[in-house]
Amino acid sequence: MLEIKNLHATVGGKGILKGLDLKVGAGEVHAIMGPNGSGKSTLSYVLSGRDGYDVTEGEVLYQGKNLLDMEPEARAGAGVFLAFQYPVEIPGVPNTTFLREAVNAVRKFRGEPTLDPMAFLKLLRIKIKELGITDDLIKRAVNVGFSGGEKKRNEILQMALLDPALAILDETDSGLDIDALKTVADGVNALRAPDRSVLVITHYQRLLDYIVPDHVHVLAHGRIVRSGGKELAQELEKTGYAAFTGQAA
Amino acid sequence: MAAHVDTVEQVRTVADQKYKYGFVTDIEADTAPKGLSEDIVRFISQKKNEPEWLLEWRLKAYRHWLTMPEPEWAHVAFPPLDYQDAYYYSAPKSKTDGPKSLDEVDPELLKTYEKLGIPLKEQEMLAGVAVDAVFDSVSVATTFKGKLEEQGIIFCPISEAVQNHPELVRKYLGSVVPAADNKHACLNSAVFTDGSFVYIPKGVRCPMELSTYFRINAANTGQFERTLIIADAGSHVSYLEGCTAPMRDENQLHAAVVELVALDDAEIKYSTVQNWYPGDENGVGGIYNFVTKRGACRGRNSKISWTQVETGSAITWKYPSCILQGDNSVGEFYSVAITNNMQQADTGTKMIHLGKNTRSRIVSKGISAGRSQQTYRGLVKVSTKASGARNHTQCDSLLIGDRCGAHTVPYIESRNRSAIVEHEATTSKISEDQLFYCRQRGISQEDAVALVVNGFCREVLQQLPMEFAVEAQKLVGISLEGSVG
Repeated sequence: MLEIKNLHATVGGKGILKGLDLKVGAGEVHAIMGPNGSGKSTLSYVLSGRDGYDVTEGEVLYQGKNLLDMEPEARAGAGVFLAFQYPVEIPGVPNTTFLREAVNAVRKFRGEPTLDPMAFLKLLRIKIKELGITDDLIKRAVNVGFSGGEKKRNEILQMALLDPALAILDETDSGLDIDALKTVADGVNALRAPDRSVLVITHYQRLLDYIVPDHVHVLAHGRIVRSGGKELAQELEKTGYAAFTGQAA
Repeated sequence: MAAHVDTVEQVRTVADQKYKYGFVTDIEADTAPKGLSEDIVRFISQKKNEPEWLLEWRLKAYRHWLTMPEPEWAHVAFPPLDYQDAYYYSAPKSKTDGPKSLDEVDPELLKTYEKLGIPLKEQEMLAGVAVDAVFDSVSVATTFKGKLEEQGIIFCPISEAVQNHPELVRKYLGSVVPAADNKHACLNSAVFTDGSFVYIPKGVRCPMELSTYFRINAANTGQFERTLIIADAGSHVSYLEGCTAPMRDENQLHAAVVELVALDDAEIKYSTVQNWYPGDENGVGGIYNFVTKRGACRGRNSKISWTQVETGSAITWKYPSCILQGDNSVGEFYSVAITNNMQQADTGTKMIHLGKNTRSRIVSKGISAGRSQQTYRGLVKVSTKASGARNHTQCDSLLIGDRCGAHTVPYIESRNRSAIVEHEATTSKISEDQLFYCRQRGISQEDAVALVVNGFCREVLQQLPMEFAVEAQKLVGISLEGSVG
């Protein structure tokens, strides 16, 4: 599904990723853990193609294609989805309109016919019911005045609608109380599928109590410094990142 | 070919509700020489078979115009206008010079039509191609005319109104925008050749949106339109103006005048979607849109509402205004102005509160992109007698890129202690975060810009009649193409 080889990336001329290797198979859930400043968010932006995140070395293969050559919208079309750490507000644009634009844009990439507003609304109603999202949330302007939990739920709703092959969750647990965390985790778990891979990027282990990963990687100083099974997350919770940051320095 | 031309002209005349003379003959035979003089004014008046009083009115305007300075207070820059280097009575592109089929039309123009979702047949009409497949429009126009006449509504070219309803035209023409109001309006008073006239009788609610869509597009000219709308006591009318398709033209002066009169309890809603050719990305060509629009709420409880979406023109100089004379009268101004590339716009409104308990509301959304410059200029004036007057102004600017400019110049003059005047203004930039968020969801950069900007303008676009709102939304996207990245 995803193969990252010797990835080096800079932000504003500063080296952040320094030789990152990672392989994610179809249907697998990988967690990437690391302290602040280790390059977690940079990795998610490099994979999604954000401007200002420059790859200086290495390559990323996604479904056998060179991901780094693609425009951000083409990556989305090819099934790469990023759940944002800080979902962005778009005043005046009803959430429904935004969701429909996104779904139809992605459908176009996949060569599927676009949905008219009625057909889309039907699909949307099914998805929000599954995720326990209120009607109100889809009528309001995109993320405007949403609580932290609502914003993250809206991300999960988008993920469900866009049906990605690779979902990257960037600190999806940040700013969530325990109830919201459970709802979001339930949403993600419901989407686990043999043909869908998930990359969970997190600082804390607690999200991984709910979204149980197949593999856990520790990111420090721009490289994966250790990989293991789900028990690695628990170990980290006890020992902290200090040992790893020292090791990589 | 000749038969086709006839057909189009026939459609045109029916759509115009103008029957007596073949328009073709008009265009081909009656071209006044280039330049402006008293003789040209007389020529126009004579061609229109106008009564003496109107000729005198025109001549007085012309003589005054000669003495008037150019208005120079607006934040726009352009070389001095050469008034002698223009035609004041002619169609610059006659039918015979026009394209014979869509193959001859600028493909870029066709691309734009396509994006606007204008059907092929209409595209041909807009581009001035002779076709014979437009009979649907004929019957539609005829049906409407009958329906309007039944209720005593007059909707016709102003030149026709001069012939058939001289008392109304004489009473109201120039009563809201005096001939000597400003240089551009004064020129219009001297040389106007076309425009619409609307009269809604007492207590009548006009059953449909009145529109100039066809006429303006068909005419291929009409740089000096004059529109006069009178809503008699207790009546209601919604009027749509302008075309949503770009017209390719040289740097041409478009100096229109629109006058609205609302009597007791009457309401006029006037919507404009202006998309004249804005010039190319280097600022070559494009229309100088110097327009004077003003409405008088003469009667008690009357209401005038302006909604404008201004995306075109090289330079826009336009301040649709309300004179709130009648007690309890209401004035509204909802505006979206978009400037891209080298466009310049200085636009806003004037709300003149004269009557008691008069209220006005201003919502202005300005979007600047490219190297464009945009100014909101608004006056809220409360006279000594206007006790209880209220105004609320909301003025938001959105910047795209770092080479454009947005300026806000509000003037507030209040001479009454009981008046409440509020002004809110914001300036923001379209954010990289918003664009990336959209793109990560598969939405292209250009669609993302259109989406964000449409959200920004939503409050105003919602004021537009349904069909217009949809086109305006698309237009927002098209106008901003190439503004990012």
